[in-house]
Amino acid sequence: MERRSTSAWNASDWGKLMRISQEIKRKIIQIAAFGYSNTYLQNFAGGQLYKGKWKQFCNPGMNCYSCPAARLSCPIGAMQAVSGAMNFNLSFYVTGFVLAVGVVFGRAVCGYICPFGLIQELLYKIPSPKRKLWKGFTYVKYVLLVFFVLLFPVMITNELGMGAPAYCEYICPVGTLEGGLPLLATHPELRKVIGALFSVKAVILVLTLIGCVVICRFFCKVMCPLGAIYGILNKVSIYHMEVDKEKCVSCGKCRGVCPMDVDPVNAPDSAECIRCGKCTVSCPKNVLSLKFRVELPKKSQ
Amino acid sequence: MHWSKTLNQKKQAVRVLASLAAGCMMAWGIYRGEAAVVLGKAVNVCLECIGLG
Ligand code: SF4
Ligand code: SF4
Ligand code: SF4
Repeated sequence: MERRSTSAWNASDWGKLMRISQEIKRKIIQIAAFGYSNTYLQNFAGGQLYKGKWKQFCNPGMNCYSCPAARLSCPIGAMQAVSGAMNFNLSFYVTGFVLAVGVVFGRAVCGYICPFGLIQELLYKIPSPKRKLWKGFTYVKYVLLVFFVLLFPVMITNELGMGAPAYCEYICPVGTLEGGLPLLATHPELRKVIGALFSVKAVILVLTLIGCVVICRFFCKVMCPLGAIYGILNKVSIYHMEVDKEKCVSCGKCRGVCPMDVDPVNAPDSAECIRCGKCTVSCPKNVLSLKFRVELPKKSQ
Repeated sequence: MHWSKTLNQKKQAVRVLASLAAGCMMAWGIYRGEAAVVLGKAVNVCLECIGLG
């Protein structure tokens, strides 16, 4: 029987090992971030919310503050809560926070920290036919950000000048899943007031969950306003991707493994790239690398 | 390359300005009491989030 040469065996095995170890590292960080964001699991039993001081701080990722286990606030919910309040039209506090996180990490938050990102990756592991998303749908999240998160809470107000959080109210399946279902399951008085709005949100949730099983990170690609903000900041973020185009042999392996349908060689700053690192460890020529850019000003001679 | 150098300088400028703006925005937001609004919203059941609002 013919034996493979040791060096060939080593090269392919080494590549595989790199991919597995990178993915394990990422999963450990994702699970740790998920655990830290949802410390109060015991609250699911009685359907109460954590009411401590940590809730004035935002989670960098999507995690509904109406989830009984949540320790931190959802930045998208918080943004709308402040801009819809009587005295304010824009949340400087939350916008500043998201901007600061996005300038440093960009969409690496999505790849490593966001609790709902992890949930979607687990949903995608459910065996089913898998599909790619038509790229045009990725622009929907910008429309949702502009209208439902930024404009409607300020423009559609009651007689007291208060606006409702329109994205939470009409769209967000994260809130329905993490807050709605556990609270309705434990509070009969809330179940009594279920109406048409809940039916709409339940349908959106079911469609989103099916979308996430069939299309990798469907919610991130199509519906997440927070991902839209971090995506824009990917263009300038300190954590970024570097490409050594001269070494590239155009094998397409990086493009093939990308869960977000990005071509990292030609679009390393793509708003869709969640900096998961799958492409960097798949490249046989080490063309791609993810790093923090440190550009110190050069002294003039 | 000159073009990519200018692009990098522009990105660097955007990063510095965005970081400064982010810091000022957070400080101003906290000063005018936004953290308390966030806390007040987050510690009570948000009817909009859960689909009853
Ligand atoms: S409903 Fe969605 S956007 Fe609103 S607070 Fe909950 S997770 Fe955030
Ligand atoms: S796109 Fe939104 S839901 Fe997806 S990982 Fe990023 S912040 Fe989380
Ligand atoms: S381009 Fe690379 S780092 Fe970005 S999402 Fe795709 S595989 Fe992950």
